[in-house]
Amino acid sequence: MRFGVVVFPGSNCDRDCYHVIKEVMEEPVEYIWHKEKSLSGFDALILPGGFSYGDYLRTGAIARFSPIMPAVMDFAQAGGLVLGICNGFQILLEAGLLPGAMLRNSSLKFICQPVFLKIQRNDTPFSNKFKSMQVVKIPIAHGEGNYYCDPRTLQEMKDNGQILFTYCSADGEETMEYNPNGSLANIAGIMNGKGNVLGMMPHPERYSEDILGGRDGFNIFASMINWLKGVG
Amino acid sequence: MKELTYKEMGLLEEEYEQILGILGRKPNYLELGMFSVMWSEHCGYKNSRPLLKNFPTEGPQVIQGPGENAGVVDIGDGQALVFKIESHNHPSAIEPYQGAATGIGGIVRDIFTMGARPIACLNSLRFGSLEDERVKELLAGVVSGIADYGNCLGIPTVGGEVYFNRAYQGNPLVNAMCVGLVNTQEIAYATASEIGRPLMLVGAKTGRDGIHGATFASEGLSSASAQKRPSVQVGDPFMEKLLIEACLELIKEDLVAGMQDLGAAGLTSSIAEAASKKERGVKVDVSRVPRREAGMTPYEVMLSESQERMLIIPRAGKEGRIAEIFDKWGLDATLIGEVTGDGLFKVYDGDVLVGEVPVAALTEGCPVYVREGLEPSYYEECRNSNLEELLEYDTGEAIKLLLASPNIASKHWVYSQYDHQVMINTVLVPGEADAAVLRIKGSQKGVALTTDCNARMVYLDPYQGGMMAVCEAARNLACVGARPLALTNCLNFGSPENPHIYWQMQEAIRGMAEAARKLGTPVVSGNVSLYNETAAGAIFPTPVVGMVGLIKNIEHRCGMALQDEGDLLVLLGPIREELGGSEYLQVCYGLETGRVPQVDLQAESRLIELLISLIDARLLKSCHDISEGGLAIALAESAIKGKKGFRIKWEWRGKRKDQILFSEAPGRVVVSLNEEDLASLSSLATQYEVEFHILGRVGSERMILEEEGIECVNLAIQDMTRIWGEAIECHMK
Repeated sequence: MRFGVVVFPGSNCDRDCYHVIKEVMEEPVEYIWHKEKSLSGFDALILPGGFSYGDYLRTGAIARFSPIMPAVMDFAQAGGLVLGICNGFQILLEAGLLPGAMLRNSSLKFICQPVFLKIQRNDTPFSNKFKSMQVVKIPIAHGEGNYYCDPRTLQEMKDNGQILFTYCSADGEETMEYNPNGSLANIAGIMNGKGNVLGMMPHPERYSEDILGGRDGFNIFASMINWLKGVG
Repeated sequence: MKELTYKEMGLLEEEYEQILGILGRKPNYLELGMFSVMWSEHCGYKNSRPLLKNFPTEGPQVIQGPGENAGVVDIGDGQALVFKIESHNHPSAIEPYQGAATGIGGIVRDIFTMGARPIACLNSLRFGSLEDERVKELLAGVVSGIADYGNCLGIPTVGGEVYFNRAYQGNPLVNAMCVGLVNTQEIAYATASEIGRPLMLVGAKTGRDGIHGATFASEGLSSASAQKRPSVQVGDPFMEKLLIEACLELIKEDLVAGMQDLGAAGLTSSIAEAASKKERGVKVDVSRVPRREAGMTPYEVMLSESQERMLIIPRAGKEGRIAEIFDKWGLDATLIGEVTGDGLFKVYDGDVLVGEVPVAALTEGCPVYVREGLEPSYYEECRNSNLEELLEYDTGEAIKLLLASPNIASKHWVYSQYDHQVMINTVLVPGEADAAVLRIKGSQKGVALTTDCNARMVYLDPYQGGMMAVCEAARNLACVGARPLALTNCLNFGSPENPHIYWQMQEAIRGMAEAARKLGTPVVSGNVSLYNETAAGAIFPTPVVGMVGLIKNIEHRCGMALQDEGDLLVLLGPIREELGGSEYLQVCYGLETGRVPQVDLQAESRLIELLISLIDARLLKSCHDISEGGLAIALAESAIKGKKGFRIKWEWRGKRKDQILFSEAPGRVVVSLNEEDLASLSSLATQYEVEFHILGRVGSERMILEEEGIECVNLAIQDMTRIWGEAIECHMK
């Protein structure tokens, strides 16, 4: 099994994701420089957080035209697992691999803090190590995580079970009070229709080791590995 | 563009005479500009150098002391920390967002210039009263400037301090510290080695921004300062991020003989500094410098403070590989000159020589002023003010007022805007402990970082206040279980030409030096920011201390939150009854006066050793230093953090509660521990000769102070948390 972490100029969680896959999950992992044009031998890709191309113009808007992106699209279309975290999620939206768009946080401020998430399904490549409707704690750190899409797309995603993580209270209440950024329907993470591409604003790599304050993020990577090993 | 006179450039008449003497002729406009920026206080330290000599700078842990881009201390296993703090006060006063942002950019470049990967930023901020609308704008602008720049770089902002006081009305302080991690054998120094080596300029193109920024930073602020807005640089964190990654690749492959960032005084300073190290000369051709705008004169190119630029001196034969790495990161590197052997700084515009001055005249030639300090009259007046006559405030009410004071209230509004977790090393995040704690991946070690200065104490007694700043920093590190290693400082004062201000500098530095010597924490880097004053007067003398410490075993770290019901609460250090300089006096009586509590360096040093031993032996469940708000607020903060109450029995009959509870006397901490560990604590405290007092127990959800069966304070932790948590947020709505 081999993970690839795509590095765009301005990515800054690339080393963190690499560390977690290699040292915590103990799986093989490689960096993929954005100027590469092909991908081979990878089982899962991570598009890490950061500020690709300085997030000038719009978050993820320039990275989406990076030389590596056609290969990422092909990989996704062929059913490969793709996890976009934070800026990675924003790039997946810009690339059209996931529906919708990001607005600035409703507070208009960058927010860095742990949040509670509800796991809406546990039958996916990314969540099979959780219980269904389990409430977990994972940190966010973003200025533009206010997810938006049109009503029809939202309904489709609901019907298809594409909404995987929602912001909630410690007790699982999904109200606006526990929505840190104003996201539509408290959305924190969504999948594509086939369920092999996930975009999420929270940073699972930051809560994958007890010493950092929490370990709920670990199970997202563990779910992917579990799935790839065919026991998911 | 209208030409400036030497006086408008900030040079004194006698300095101009000196330049005439050095050159044996009148300088041309470019040469005059080069002298003026290099001889500014900001670059030349002409007023502070004689005082800075008093700092201890050596120790077995010190790899590099002052004189390089940043200081370096050994943390074992072939690793070292590289760190420095720097001010960006004047730019932030007139353009808070860009002023603060470029402050981060500058200090981060100082760190990776040394070959280190920046792993953390901290900042120390001072503003006027938060009631003031302009102050709110400044706070919002500064915080978002720091956040947008630091967050984009992917360097966590893990700690710092924010204070509000009228003394900073119109002249906020923005001091930024950066800490880097480096393998000892990969440390890079700014040396211009062999003659003939090329000078490469890399990074952003050069524009007209920031010309004379260094000069501007070396004068007082006035209503005319807003017109100097063009002296403020504009930051591009994305460009800086590319520079970090590219330059660290150069270091990994050992491709550079010297590296220098372009900061204050731009090309002039960085080239002169690089050349002055080995008495070399340089020649540079300004026509080769990539420009952002057309029609720039050699003067403008040489003095521009455009951000995100680096000067590289490649190792012989490595130019090609260096160009490849920069190309990978989409950066342009340009050869702009070379190292020579004649000791001269020659500036060409194509083939035409447009300026020529001796390198040494710009650097070591900077005049030095030894001034006379004069004790101001306020000093004795404050020392002698009679605080005994003040009627005692209701204890519970005073606690609530203090918790709502922006100086004590939660800084969540500030630090939640900073990414404090990126790089996944932050083990204790802001607000959890007295110092930020980072792990060092692949080892058992941790590092602890803090910035401290209680400027009100420094104002009331610069000597004692200077000692206090160093002691508090060291104590904060010890409170998480770290051994303090070394410090950096940012000396923010008013005009040194005022003898009262010069006295404050002398006294504060004397106190800091003495404490640093006693605690074994030498000064390895720093920055001086003078002329922090407006028409209304000078700021409080604010010598901010940034300190780093080492935790042997990161698993043993200690936070400030109370843990379990039934645990004992213990005060380590003496009970003291003195209110001089306290936040209590300010908040409850509007007074900033009194004789400040005296520092006992011996006792402080013993307390630090005791704390390190206790935490290493895992005997403490929480540990929190007593500072602003005194014992009562230290207890309250530990309770709020732990969501646990406590009960204390008043054992000091007939004594004033406020004097004991709100005294900010140094050398004291509040700890909690399992009762079974009391005997071990007791024997270690005896061994280190630290007195201790059992105060009470952790329990329930209330803060209760009981005197002879009567509860004289009874507050719900939940209410205290709300008051403390919402204070700053309410002001900023």
